[in-house]
Amino acid sequence: MNWVDTIVQGTLLGGLYALFAMGLAVIYGVMRQINIAHGDFIVLGAYMSLGLIAATGLHPFLVIPLGAAVFALFGYALQRGLLNRTLGGGILAPLVVTYGLAIVVENVLQQTQSADARSIKLPGLDTASLPLGGGLAVGVFPLIMFVVAAAVAILLEIVFNRTRLGVAFRAVSDDREIASIVGVRDQRLFGYASAISFAVIAVASVFMGIKFTFTPSLGPNFLLYAFEAIVIGGMGSFYGTLAGGVILGIAQAIGFALNPGWGILAGHLVFLAVLLVRPTGLFARTA
Amino acid sequence: MIAAQPVRVERGGAAGRAGIAIALVLVIGLASGPFWLSSEAMRLVVEFVCLLTMAQMWNVLAGYGGLISIGQQAYIGIGGYALFVFANQLGFNPFLSIPLSGLVAALLAIPTSRLVFRLSGGYFAVATWVVAEVYRLLVANDSALGSGAGISLIAMLQFDKGTRESITFWTAVALLVATVGGLYWLLRSRVGLALTAIRDDPVAAESQGVDVARTKFLVYAIAAFGTGCAGALYFSSALRISPDAAFGMDWIPLLFFTVVIGGIGTIEGPIVGTLLYFIVRQEFSDYGTWYLIALGILAIVVMIRFPLGLWGEVAARFGWHVFPIQHILRDPKETT
Repeated sequence: MNWVDTIVQGTLLGGLYALFAMGLAVIYGVMRQINIAHGDFIVLGAYMSLGLIAATGLHPFLVIPLGAAVFALFGYALQRGLLNRTLGGGILAPLVVTYGLAIVVENVLQQTQSADARSIKLPGLDTASLPLGGGLAVGVFPLIMFVVAAAVAILLEIVFNRTRLGVAFRAVSDDREIASIVGVRDQRLFGYASAISFAVIAVASVFMGIKFTFTPSLGPNFLLYAFEAIVIGGMGSFYGTLAGGVILGIAQAIGFALNPGWGILAGHLVFLAVLLVRPTGLFARTA
Repeated sequence: MIAAQPVRVERGGAAGRAGIAIALVLVIGLASGPFWLSSEAMRLVVEFVCLLTMAQMWNVLAGYGGLISIGQQAYIGIGGYALFVFANQLGFNPFLSIPLSGLVAALLAIPTSRLVFRLSGGYFAVATWVVAEVYRLLVANDSALGSGAGISLIAMLQFDKGTRESITFWTAVALLVATVGGLYWLLRSRVGLALTAIRDDPVAAESQGVDVARTKFLVYAIAAFGTGCAGALYFSSALRISPDAAFGMDWIPLLFFTVVIGGIGTIEGPIVGTLLYFIVRQEFSDYGTWYLIALGILAIVVMIRFPLGLWGEVAARFGWHVFPIQHILRDPKETT
């Protein structure tokens, strides 16, 4: 195994996992809930992007803003129409309802798209690479993926820390009742948070679709990677989530290089190790 | 100031006394099953008991302990694989190995709980799922356990088919009585009261002297034991085990939906839910994905419109409790 190469590839793969994770982190950061269907929505987003590419003939990267807008609207409607009804009464209702959604999304895709593996073709760039010297080269596409992940992390940090919307998000996250008293409209705010989460999901789904071949049943894996990246990085910081994604990506890359059966397992084990020694995550900002 | 009124604490009513009498008659009738049931029917009863036990254990975790796990398939798989190791590789009697396998699951719950209890709420839920995946991948990478392809229960070859089916069936009846009876007893005990208090408000429970951490661990270990026994029985009847069947994700909606649709936080609810699941599966499973889509939508609708579940709605409307675990305060002058 070439260690440097493996770590570089893992780091770039970690960008994708960070993209998976940031959508989930937005929901948790504002609503204190976890969306079990998160991974299934990533898969749904990939099928939607395939459809948009076929319908418009646009380059996959140009479809991203379109897909993000569609998914943001969808996320807002889903939150206002269904998910807001599950809030405020403990954790069972949001878990069961989002689990139900996960089953529905996966099986609707299974029914309409078949179980065949699909992928998003990237014209021109899919094999391009940049030589780094010393026989080392990085793919252009993984590099773009990582840069986009870092950009999304910066953007979310700005929204959460530098805007009025972000102040309101943090207020409902800390104390929903007090925030309502001082005039924060929490129902609508949860809709906005969901819209942001789903826009990030749409971005992530295009990169996922190019990087992997996918089937309708992959959703739960993506949920677990997203969750692990958040916990490894620590809650309350999108930079922490990005770092968590990178650590997960490196762990999987090393595991996979040692034995193809150990890749995913190595990622899970690093997650459990972090849980054991530092349950608040490596780069936590808030408890 | 109002003087303290003497109160009478009532536990259960006519429905409870009738219910337990009927349950006893049913169990005795059921125990004679091997003399009049077909192989097919007996297999169905065994499967029913396994699913019911798993559902009850999930219910006790989620509905009483407030611990919502998406990873109980870890203990289904551990119980199953432990049985195959005891029976195939160590030569133990397969049926006596079932409680031993439950014990293995409970033992592995100790280190597991150390990890997953570091998170709470939704994060606890997903962490339990990761742990189940870790067990699945460890087994799938272990050639001594048949890797991804799985193993057959060759130890069962020592019994002829009729004997094997009858003993499996009686084991299932014993598991049914132990599960329902054991939980009924547990939930009426001090532990049950502590659990309910923790579910409603862990901070208040702690301030009243409940050892929250210890009680949560206890219920987690009990659930692992019961789920492990059910997994062992399930795969001893199936005669074959593989990592995907044992630790797979297909178990999760089964547990979630039977308990939520039947009625979480009651002993009756999972029984109703599991019965309903068997009927629905019998009638509609041919529809494949549509059937699963409908099941998902049903769970969402029930959770939002009828959060008490089917049995919970019935109990709330008519005050029926077949397995009463409530403490009902009554004026001593009032007669029932």
